[in-house]
Amino acid sequence: MSTLTDPPKPGFRLSQLIYDTRYRSITIQVIALALIVAAFWWLGNNTVNNLNALGKDFNFGFLNNAAGYDINQKLIAYNNQMSHGRAALVGILNTLLVAFLGCIAALIIGVFVGVLRLSKNWVVSKLMAVYVEGFRNVPLLIWILLIGAVMSESMPQPREFRGENATQSMYFSDNVAVTNRGIWIPRIGFTNSVSGEEAVAPVEGAAAVASGGLDWLLVLGTLGLSLFAMRLVRQRADRIQQATGERPTTWYQRLGLLVIPVGIVLFLLGATIVSPYLKGFNFTEGIHLRNSLIALWFALSLYTGAFIAEIVRAGILAVSKGQSEAAAALGIQPSRTMNLVILPQAMRVIIPPLISQFLNLTKNSSLAIAVGYMDVRATLGGITINQTGRELEGMLLMGAFYLALSLVISGGMNYYNRSTQLAER
Amino acid sequence: MSDTPITYVRDTMLPQKAPPTSEIGPVRWVRENLFSSPMNAILTILSLYIVYTVISHVGPWLINGIWDADSLTECREIIAASGDGHHSAACFGVITARWHQLVFGYYPSELYWRPVLALLVFFVGIAPVLFPSLPRKLFIVSMIAPFLCFWLLWGGSIWLPISIALGFGVGVVAFKLLSASASSLVAIIGAIVLPLIYWLYLSGPLASGLASIVPLGIEFVPSRSFGGFMLSIVIGLSAIVISLPLGILLALGRQSDLFIIKTCAVVFIEVIRGVPLIVWLFTAQLLLNYFLPPGSNFDLTLRVIIMVTLFASAYIAEVVRGGLAALPKGQYEGGDSLGLNYWQSMQLIILPQALKISIPGIVNTFIGLFKDTTLVVFIGLFDPLGIASAIRATTEWNGIYWELFLFIGIMFFISCFSMGRYSLYLEKKLQREHR
Repeated sequence: MSTLTDPPKPGFRLSQLIYDTRYRSITIQVIALALIVAAFWWLGNNTVNNLNALGKDFNFGFLNNAAGYDINQKLIAYNNQMSHGRAALVGILNTLLVAFLGCIAALIIGVFVGVLRLSKNWVVSKLMAVYVEGFRNVPLLIWILLIGAVMSESMPQPREFRGENATQSMYFSDNVAVTNRGIWIPRIGFTNSVSGEEAVAPVEGAAAVASGGLDWLLVLGTLGLSLFAMRLVRQRADRIQQATGERPTTWYQRLGLLVIPVGIVLFLLGATIVSPYLKGFNFTEGIHLRNSLIALWFALSLYTGAFIAEIVRAGILAVSKGQSEAAAALGIQPSRTMNLVILPQAMRVIIPPLISQFLNLTKNSSLAIAVGYMDVRATLGGITINQTGRELEGMLLMGAFYLALSLVISGGMNYYNRSTQLAER
Repeated sequence: MSDTPITYVRDTMLPQKAPPTSEIGPVRWVRENLFSSPMNAILTILSLYIVYTVISHVGPWLINGIWDADSLTECREIIAASGDGHHSAACFGVITARWHQLVFGYYPSELYWRPVLALLVFFVGIAPVLFPSLPRKLFIVSMIAPFLCFWLLWGGSIWLPISIALGFGVGVVAFKLLSASASSLVAIIGAIVLPLIYWLYLSGPLASGLASIVPLGIEFVPSRSFGGFMLSIVIGLSAIVISLPLGILLALGRQSDLFIIKTCAVVFIEVIRGVPLIVWLFTAQLLLNYFLPPGSNFDLTLRVIIMVTLFASAYIAEVVRGGLAALPKGQYEGGDSLGLNYWQSMQLIILPQALKISIPGIVNTFIGLFKDTTLVVFIGLFDPLGIASAIRATTEWNGIYWELFLFIGIMFFISCFSMGRYSLYLEKKLQREHR
């Protein structure tokens, strides 16, 4: 004899909201939503009450008021009569500058160290291991402070460069000066500038780069066209190889395309190297890299470079030896095996953690506070907040900037991941 | 054939000749490892030159270091008197003179045993988690340890931690009673809401009432006295311990099918991870008072611990999510087919496996967090770097840089490096177990 279960009763009872798995998820979500709304209402209510008690309101009008403070490193024109918004923008550009420089340097260091750590040379690989472990296991803040202290305490003063029997001399045939006030490097000036006036001696450091904006645009545009032409040459070589099996030698064509047009443009613009020289108590001309920038840049690059080195090492180890052997068996030239077989596979392993390291570097650049580098935290999140008393608005804007930056970068990474994912099963 | 002379056949083997000296021992090793190609030779010589430069500059400074001096001036006098006058030497006297300050900050010196004991209690509490072979009963110690550590560090009346701990007891009792009579959902909600009500309205009066009846306690130490490596360890350890359950919940939320819960978890994790820690620390310093009811003002150290905990929980959530994603789908389906509900299958099948995979990642998160505790110096707490600048501000040690940086760096290196090795060891062990 078999027992029959009751047929499900039609209709809806309230108890189904708790016991029936079909409806329970809705109940849970409604409760969760109610709790979250209540929590936000509570926080918002507290904030409004607190702001009222302090006699403050919530608006972003302060961004249009005159800032009234100076910023020592600026990539765009700025003076203390300009608005807080402009000051924030200068800070944002400074953050992006050190993040950009840091990412490039960290990538170069990381690739070199990662490859050298795999070297069979015992001394080299151990030296690289010491570097990687040393930097990875000590807080970044200590490295920033240490490099800042090295720059300001151990480097010669500008006056030691003066006179017939100076105790210090500049490097690279009088082009680079390393002092305790920063490093001066030569800049490229244009005597036939298209922007009208000859780029005059910059008043403030890195603004030199911005002064000849149009000229640089021209140079970079030419460089872009050259790269495009180089790509065409490569594609043509690919086509010929497909048709005939012979690959034409193209390296001299590509080198010529890279160097000659840019050289001609630079010549026409009358590019000259303007070296720094000692004038009065300090160096002048050239580009002044402040101690704060140097300390932050070097520390960020060395610290992140150690992490990138491990990523590169893991990526190279991840491609099995059989891959290069298979490439050889297929008759692929040894010189092209790296590009066609090894790198595409290693890159799939390397790129995602690499991007997240770049993201970390960008976020870590907020440690600029340790050496007084004027990044967005120092301008918008520091002096502006102190002067206007707008903590809530200032912190919100700063958080939004960092968040937007992270989301853009991680969005790019997700896109890349999707496009290079192995199509499995 | 028979008359042909028998050719000479050797009947004994010649003894083996020793290989040429260039093919054995150190010579061969040097040739193959250091000078196998011109490029390699250049690299070797360059590296040796770098090592030599560093050692020749730093070595004498380290070896000649002065360990017993009470001020920088005294140290410099000793250096000037000892050598030819212009050799350099480190003044490690600052470390011996200010050792206690670097380790304990401004904690009262007669109470140093309390943080040390708290650390011991912590290790005893964490032992059953790290070593599964220990008896299960030790988990009782793990549960008591957080409250005991809190009481030992801050001191004060013993009734406060006890009344807070009672809240968890209230939760467990509520869960047991409700799940016997009502559905599991009601039980869970009850187990969350009842302790909250208890903490908000009952625990405070209970603690003060008990304290007035039976005044039992040890000397109270304010958070301002915390400093040095003790502060780093307190912030790092409490943040990681509290953020672990939070992070697991967030990871489960992010994997959940429920849209609203998933969205909330994703937004929370991405917002926390997208903004640098230093911005969160300034938020804790400047903004937290805005979000709380007017008039409430609590300790900066506690605010920092809360903020660092939230920060760490987002990172832990991503690590645990990796562990959850690494499990084969069959494990989830197995749980379903056994008729387990969500929490049962998570608790009995999924989480034990996923957490085991995530442990190396959690240790790495902790290393990063421990290094990041140095950032609290910017909001005015006395972490090791804060203590270092305080020492530099005194007249005795004004102008001392490298020795303090070196000491703090080495301390961090030792702890982070050993934890990193432990996580590598765990990773290797896991790989062996999975194959």
